[in-house]
Amino acid sequence: MSDHKHQGQRRKVLGGIAGGLLGMAVGQAKAAPAGKPIRIGGTLSLTGPLAQTALLHKIAGECFVEIANQDKGLLGRPVEWVLLDDQSKPEITRSLYEKLITVDKVDLIVGPYGTNSILAAMGVAQRYGKIIIQSSMGIPKLGTYEMQFPASPFGPYPEKEYPGVILDCVASATTPPKSITIVTSKFPSAQFMAEGMREVSKQRGLQVPLYLEYEFGTRDFASIAARVKDANADFLWVGSLGLEGNQLLEALKKLDYSPKLHYYLYPSPGPLLASPEAKNALAQSFFEDHPPFSSRVGVAKLSPMYRARAVKAGIQYTQLDSQATGTYNVFHLLATAIEATKSLDDKVLAGWLKKNTVDTVFGPISFNGPFNHGPGRMLVKQVQNGKWVVVWPRDAAGAKLVAS
Amino acid sequence: MPSFTLLGQALVSGLLAGGLYGLLGLGLSLSWGLLRLVNIAHFALAFLGAYLTYEFGTELHLNIAFALLLILPTFFVFGVMLHWLFKRFGVGEFGSLLVTFGVAVIIESLIQWFWTADFRRFETPYASSSFKVGPIYVPALELAAFLTATVLAGGAWLWLNRTYVGKALRASAEDAQIAAAFGVNHRAQSYLLSGLCSAFAGVAGVFIALISTLAPSQIWTWLGVVFAVVIIGRLGNPLGALAAGVLIGACEGLAMAVISPAWAPVVSFSILIVILLWQPRWL
Repeated sequence: MSDHKHQGQRRKVLGGIAGGLLGMAVGQAKAAPAGKPIRIGGTLSLTGPLAQTALLHKIAGECFVEIANQDKGLLGRPVEWVLLDDQSKPEITRSLYEKLITVDKVDLIVGPYGTNSILAAMGVAQRYGKIIIQSSMGIPKLGTYEMQFPASPFGPYPEKEYPGVILDCVASATTPPKSITIVTSKFPSAQFMAEGMREVSKQRGLQVPLYLEYEFGTRDFASIAARVKDANADFLWVGSLGLEGNQLLEALKKLDYSPKLHYYLYPSPGPLLASPEAKNALAQSFFEDHPPFSSRVGVAKLSPMYRARAVKAGIQYTQLDSQATGTYNVFHLLATAIEATKSLDDKVLAGWLKKNTVDTVFGPISFNGPFNHGPGRMLVKQVQNGKWVVVWPRDAAGAKLVAS
Repeated sequence: MPSFTLLGQALVSGLLAGGLYGLLGLGLSLSWGLLRLVNIAHFALAFLGAYLTYEFGTELHLNIAFALLLILPTFFVFGVMLHWLFKRFGVGEFGSLLVTFGVAVIIESLIQWFWTADFRRFETPYASSSFKVGPIYVPALELAAFLTATVLAGGAWLWLNRTYVGKALRASAEDAQIAAAFGVNHRAQSYLLSGLCSAFAGVAGVFIALISTLAPSQIWTWLGVVFAVVIIGRLGNPLGALAAGVLIGACEGLAMAVISPAWAPVVSFSILIVILLWQPRWL
């Protein structure tokens, strides 16, 4: 009798456990994304001169898709990123966006990397009435299409505002600079900032003994270095992209010259950090993986996943930075708008973004200003003890400015 | 007005940069002038040599001289094989442009697949070293590249002008049938020259790895200026390629110092246009 009773109790317990497990399984099945994937199309410069940086964007975008699909996807559906290689050529970018919209029939599009390619894609987006969010258009005033949205907080007029931020930063040094040499690539977004830098420097009473422009793709910086040394200003501002900053520093080293204070606009973060000549170098940033930035929305999951993927991809600099978080933020903004509106309609999504502020890896971002920009939030970072740390503005700084 | 020190420094830097142009143009000039093959893959091969030097140096920790010992014969064999393909499929002067462009794209893709699109820098203790002559700094690696270019160009000139094989190659380039009538075995000699041209690309690659930071797409950034060097120096003339490289390098350096760095790329093509219009007897 007691055996029967005992067996009955055991059955109840086992039944309860089985029911619980079934319930959990059903619950999980409900949470996992299902159905037809939401296809988001875009291009990146996976080959060509912009490939080094675009690779970081690719990894960050893949991280977003993986994180989203591990969770509940978008609107309960899985997310698929249809990514094509634009070869760093705007004319190919244009054709590929046409293909994504008309042949691949993707649900939504996201912007490519680099101002020229973004402008090419934006034209196509405008023709088909598609929303396009991008992270790297360094000349905001060119973003005249009402359904384009910037994922990086350049602000509407960075050429006027950001030079002030940089000059405030270097003015906080023990010996503030009285003269500045400006050397810049003729790449549009760098040249645009360099002209702003020259104007604001003059307005603030700094002497500009040398302003030089060089072609994008210049190989030999020896003669440029000779002129920089000859000018011997207190502050060297370089409108460089990728490795150009490293090349100039190496050429300066061969002339036995080290700039006192030096700044590089859009450098490849890894090589500049690794260069012994780049001690205390300054550069532009929106995000570095240290407090207060590392506690922002999504960073806890993104940061380790990005690092792991970057190591696997054979990238030398595996730290999450401004470039990578830019593309992550493109997807994050799009996803936030989709979930908020429960819609994939381009106009509905654009309308929602225009009216709302979104909490992002770059802090709260709004789109109610000129060219759909909110306030600018450009930072100054510095190489310190083998790491990039934000040193300006003071309220976001992870460390104090160090001058040589 | 720029100071004399600045002008002198720009001139020295330009001359030494011109040595690398000459080194890179050497194999291309010989291949184009004597084999009638416009080998665009030469640039890709040089960068493959650069990436291999990087790999040997950073991953396998091999000495540069040992890396060179591995690269030179491998590239020589590659050049021979490439030439065998040209012969096998009857690729002519203009056809070679298209075929070698394809080979260059394949090599670029292989480089990107193996080393990724990320930048690669071969850090050496002597990468930034230089010495001072009066007020002018002379970078050591660029000087080494210049001296190597001079030795190789001089050696190639002597080989072409003082040896039977060299003279036979020149004769075949002038008129293959008449040369054959005099017993010149152009086929065998052309394999030798093709192998040498590829080996020269390998040497240029070693210096590119030591001097520059590498990225796959940089293969194409040398194309314009080196083509100008090869044409100005006269096809098939090794000393001409070096002299033209030095001329263009020096003019670029001075243009950067006196006018603006943005004018430097215009210099090589301006010189090319002027010389083509002038049509000197040596061209």
